[in-house]
This record gives sequence, structure tokens and C-alpha cells, in this order.
Amino acid sequence: MRGREEDEWTGLMLAANAGDNPAYHRLLKAVTPVLRAGARRGLARAGQPVDQSEDIVQDILLAVHLKRHTWDPKAPFAPWLFAIARNKLIDALRRRGRRIFVNIDDFSETLPGDPVEETVPAGEVTAHLSTLPPRQRDVLQSIAVDNASIKETAAKLSMTEGAVRVALHRGLSGLASKLRSE
Amino acid sequence: MDTENLIRTLTADNPTHERPVGQSLLIGLVFAAPVSVVMFMMELGMRKDVMTAMRNPFFDLKFVVTIALAVSAIAVSLHLSRPEASLGRWAWLLAIPVGLLGIGMMGEMTMPNRTPMMTRLIGNNSRVCVLAISLLSLPLLAAALLALRRGAPSHPALAGAFAGALSAGLAATLYASHCTDDSPLFVATWYTLAVVVVAGIGALAGARVLKF
Repeated sequence: MRGREEDEWTGLMLAANAGDNPAYHRLLKAVTPVLRAGARRGLARAGQPVDQSEDIVQDILLAVHLKRHTWDPKAPFAPWLFAIARNKLIDALRRRGRRIFVNIDDFSETLPGDPVEETVPAGEVTAHLSTLPPRQRDVLQSIAVDNASIKETAAKLSMTEGAVRVALHRGLSGLASKLRSE
Repeated sequence: MDTENLIRTLTADNPTHERPVGQSLLIGLVFAAPVSVVMFMMELGMRKDVMTAMRNPFFDLKFVVTIALAVSAIAVSLHLSRPEASLGRWAWLLAIPVGLLGIGMMGEMTMPNRTPMMTRLIGNNSRVCVLAISLLSLPLLAAALLALRRGAPSHPALAGAFAGALSAGLAATLYASHCTDDSPLFVATWYTLAVVVVAGIGALAGARVLKF
């Protein structure tokens, strides 16, 4: 049903791995509404308010980012993406104390009329941001919240660009493990 | 933080790549192996008649079987480190060490003048065997789990069990050079028991540490 779109994702991910940042940005933008629809469907099935979907979406995006080296470039991207998404959805529902039966089609099927706009803003990532080591927190704050580039962040915090990159990556990994151990 | 900001941040981090899980596993095992080797040399050491033993095909078969187990378990645990992977037909890789051992047992049955079955089965060292393989595998198991944490297994306990099997396979390769019990029947019983124990430990640990 979404075949053409999913082929496009594979191409974008290949380009992203080769260093094409705009392609990576387009890919993440393109999958987000699909992930959101899937998360909402999962929440609805578990009898949970669907407007909590954004935290799940962000958790999935973070895992996609940090685990993208486990994607086999010879395989299509969508099945890998949906496997990550299902894992994170199951975790999220489990944390809410539900017995869950995640339908394997929650993510791979988009129903017409699914709302794709962000509803209630996510709070979990922001909440964990303040518990990171100061360096990583400052770098993430600057790039994620204040919209600065790596270069601007380096100048502002008197760090080298290399150090900013390292702190950024460690900060993102730290956020992911905090979300996991919640 | 809204999702748009998160996406922008992840894009800024795109140039930073993690190394493939296989590479991490290789590095981990290369660092852990000397620990197991030192443990082995200090407590056990090779058997004294190792030069003569090498001419016994059943002595050599032990290494073929344990290495086959290690290699196939490495392949399966790397496969399972991808989120969309399930065990499925990959389980058949385990048929390689099991089959080799089966051939060995059949070969032994056709030998004239063999010692009684129960003697071969019980051997001289069964308790040491299970204990030594289990202990020697622990440094390797820790390294394997640490490396596999970089993966994204949807079945963390299963991936942990195969991390245990690969560690036990490598540890058994070491132990085999100490052990004077060469009967495939002995190997099939006691080595297998050790592998099951370590795989169990791996599964328990994996369920906790391999969730991504």
C-alpha cells in the first residue's frame, strides 16, 4: 500500500549513511507521521489516551538514530524501522502497566484519516535532559532547544567542534538509556 | 522538546557512526580471550600427552565440534542483533556442531576394542569439565554481552543465550586441550551440559542488558 514511499525511505537512508544530512532529515520527517499514527493506534488498543503518543514517537526516533548501524543496507528500510517501533511501543505500554498485544500492523498500515499532527507535546525527553552531565546537557540545550549549529555551539561553549560532536552523541545515548530505565 | 527539534538534533549527529556490531564483538572477544587463557594456564594447563593425543582423531574432533559451535553461535547472535530478525531457520546452524558430534559417536561405535559405554560416558573429569568450561566462558560472555548491547535485538534473552553458547564454545575449545576424556559420548554429555548452563546464564543476563 505504501510501497513506493517505503522504497524512497531505503534510498534516503542509504544517502544518509553516506553522509547526506538533508536526506537524513527528510527521512526522519517522512517516517514521523507514520510512527505517530502507529503509536496512537497502539495506545488506543491498550485503552490509553492517544494524546500521549508523542513521547513514544520521540523514543522511537531516538532508537532509530542510535541503532541505525544495525540496519542492513542490502535490506529494505521499512521492516527494520517497524521492528524498532514495535519494540518501543511495547515498552511504552508495558511501562504504563498494561498487558499488551501489539498488532504487528500497527505501524505498517496507515489507515486513511489518521491524524498526523503532533498533539500534546512530548515531555519525557525534556525531563531527562536536565539529568545529563553538564557538558552534554549544555550542548543538547544549545542544539536542540536554542536551535544553534554545531559550529555556533562550539564557539558559545568554548569547545572544539569535535568535542561538541562527542558530547552531542553521548548526550543522545544518555537520553535513550534514561528513557529505557524509566 | 518538540519532535521537529529532536529531528534536527538527530540530523546534526548523523556524521557520528557507531561501528558494526560484528566488529565490536570481535574486539570484545580479542580482549577477553587472554583472560580466559590465563585462567586456563594457571589452573589447568594442557594435558601432558598432548603431542600423542593429537594423533587420536577423537581428540581432534573435540576441537572441530567446539569451534563449529562457537562460529555458528557467533553467526546467530549477530543475526539476532538486528531488530527485525527472529531465530527461524538460523537455528539450523547449530546442526553443524551437533551433526559433527553425531558422526563422531557413530564412528566410535564401529571401533573394535572400545571401552564400555558407561566408562566412556562418565570419564575421569566430568565435574571439572562442566565447572571449568562454565568458569572459563564467563570473561568471554561478559565481553560478548557488552558488544551485543550495541545491537538492537527484539529477542534479548535469546540473543543472550547465543552469546552464552558462543562463549562456552570458545571456552570448551580451551578446555578440550586439558581434558583426557576424548570419547564423543563424553563430549556430547558433559560439554553439552556446560554449554546449556552458560547459555542459561546468557539468557538471564541478556533479558536484562540487551534490551534496547
